[in-house]
Amino acid sequence: MSLIDVQDVWYSYGNRVMALNGVSLRIEPKETIALIGQNGGGKTTLAKQFNGLLKPTKGRVLVKGVGTGEVPANRLALTVGYVFQNPSHQIFSSKVWDEVAFGPKNAGLAPQEVEARTKWAIEAVGLSGFEQTHPYDLDYGKMKLLTIASIMSIKPEVYCLDEPTTGQDHQGRRRVAELIQSLNDAGSTVIVITHDMKFVAEVVKRIVLVAEGKIVADGHTREIFEKTDTLAGAQIRPPQITQLAHALAGCGVRPDSMTVREAADSIAGMISGRKGHSLRHA
Amino acid sequence: MPTDDASVRVEGLIYGYPGHAPILHDINMKVMKGEMFGIIGPNGAGKSTLCKALNGLVPHFYGGTYGGSVIVSGMDAMKHTVAELSLRVGLVFQEPTNQFSGVSTRVDEEVAFGMSMMGFDRHEMSSRITDALKQVGLEGLEDRSPYELSGGQQQRLAIATVLAVRPEVIVMDEPTAQLDPVGKTEVLETMHALNKEGYTIIVAEHEIEELATFADRIMALNEGRIMMEGSTRGVLTQIDQLRKMGVDPPSVTELSHLLADKTALRPEKYPITLEEAIALYRDLLGETLR
Repeated sequence: MSLIDVQDVWYSYGNRVMALNGVSLRIEPKETIALIGQNGGGKTTLAKQFNGLLKPTKGRVLVKGVGTGEVPANRLALTVGYVFQNPSHQIFSSKVWDEVAFGPKNAGLAPQEVEARTKWAIEAVGLSGFEQTHPYDLDYGKMKLLTIASIMSIKPEVYCLDEPTTGQDHQGRRRVAELIQSLNDAGSTVIVITHDMKFVAEVVKRIVLVAEGKIVADGHTREIFEKTDTLAGAQIRPPQITQLAHALAGCGVRPDSMTVREAADSIAGMISGRKGHSLRHA
Repeated sequence: MPTDDASVRVEGLIYGYPGHAPILHDINMKVMKGEMFGIIGPNGAGKSTLCKALNGLVPHFYGGTYGGSVIVSGMDAMKHTVAELSLRVGLVFQEPTNQFSGVSTRVDEEVAFGMSMMGFDRHEMSSRITDALKQVGLEGLEDRSPYELSGGQQQRLAIATVLAVRPEVIVMDEPTAQLDPVGKTEVLETMHALNKEGYTIIVAEHEIEELATFADRIMALNEGRIMMEGSTRGVLTQIDQLRKMGVDPPSVTELSHLLADKTALRPEKYPITLEEAIALYRDLLGETLR
């Protein structure tokens, strides 16, 4: 049994236009997945099916074998946590601590457990010291980290993060990357909706490309970044380093290099393999 | 007043929001007419505040402690109102909907709104609306609601509302941060085209790899101070300094430095764009394999 099983799902927001056109997808425990594609293509609509925020117009979504239509959304939220793109759609407490404590408290956990989880989540996202701060006094990057903490305290099995790196600088991006890594190491499945391909290359193992309400590609990150035509059709560019590797494939560079380190190793390997040949200095 | 070709001249600018310690310290910058000038730095570095100081919102709207001088298009920001300054310098915000008046139901009305506040006559307004929408590639969408446009279109509309006034300088505060890749490309191309038309453009931007392709000069801010300033190549190839202040250099620049450490591939000129890197390594590696 898959953790999440999306079976031929169609969805319409009430007009005649279908936002999802027969999507099927299985998500297993301990995966890291990026939902990518242009805005308006159906990524967020698909992600909101995972925890019953939206219910299929046709088809069904099973979470641990149970249809999302058969369980109230607040119970599903204990299994599949959803972090909205815009923090102000999610934050409603006047203190960081209360915001993070809300989920476990609402789930009826014992006070000591609520406190332990709140403390843990705040620490994990690096907001220790801000417990009594008003969420809107945090900068945008920290506010986004707070919204992740407020889902972590529920300890869901699946995290859905909508655009977690938007508005984050280098340090914020790195913190989100480390967070996803540690949640995944601890056994959670993490799904990110993102336009940040460099982030995807560094953090995520599987890509699901959504366009016009359909899944147009689904596979290992490295494999999907190889499908340059499919990506171009969805107006997505792989990371700069992958584009460089593609362009240099004719010189012998591994075209599937996804990070600076990989590309450097590939090029350095080529050079050391050809010692004795003279190197021209540019 | 200096009579050189500077569009913007900032000298010894110090600024703090009311009740707060200074967020900008001793900022000196000069941006020439027609230049594309990038401002980079981590969140909280003071980029947005500096943008607001260029059109007078700092200090006129926010108050606070202010020292030094900001001269934009020959006008001292301290001595002129935001309305007067807005004829010469337009500010585009990160979130386009923050720029919209909220009362216009049509794209063309939105462009007209700012001008009508400034007392332009109807005939003049109409020709300026046509021109501005054309410049940002929104012609044909005059009767659409600003709120049913895509993110990239909304940001281009925000640019059009500023353009219609025909300022000399356009300042943009992370104009692509909230956009998807298509929207980002639309806005960056618009920015580039306007610069080619002669507008002086100052842009705070996180997209370093994009900035590398079109900025003439870059200034790096950290904790309210200028850390680096110079040609785009000069700044973006200082990868250790960039990393230290929490900014990711372009991937190709990182690669070329890493290879220079590991191998004998030491270019005379480190690449900052994809195109440069492709040309460089095709040359170097092609030679190696021969």
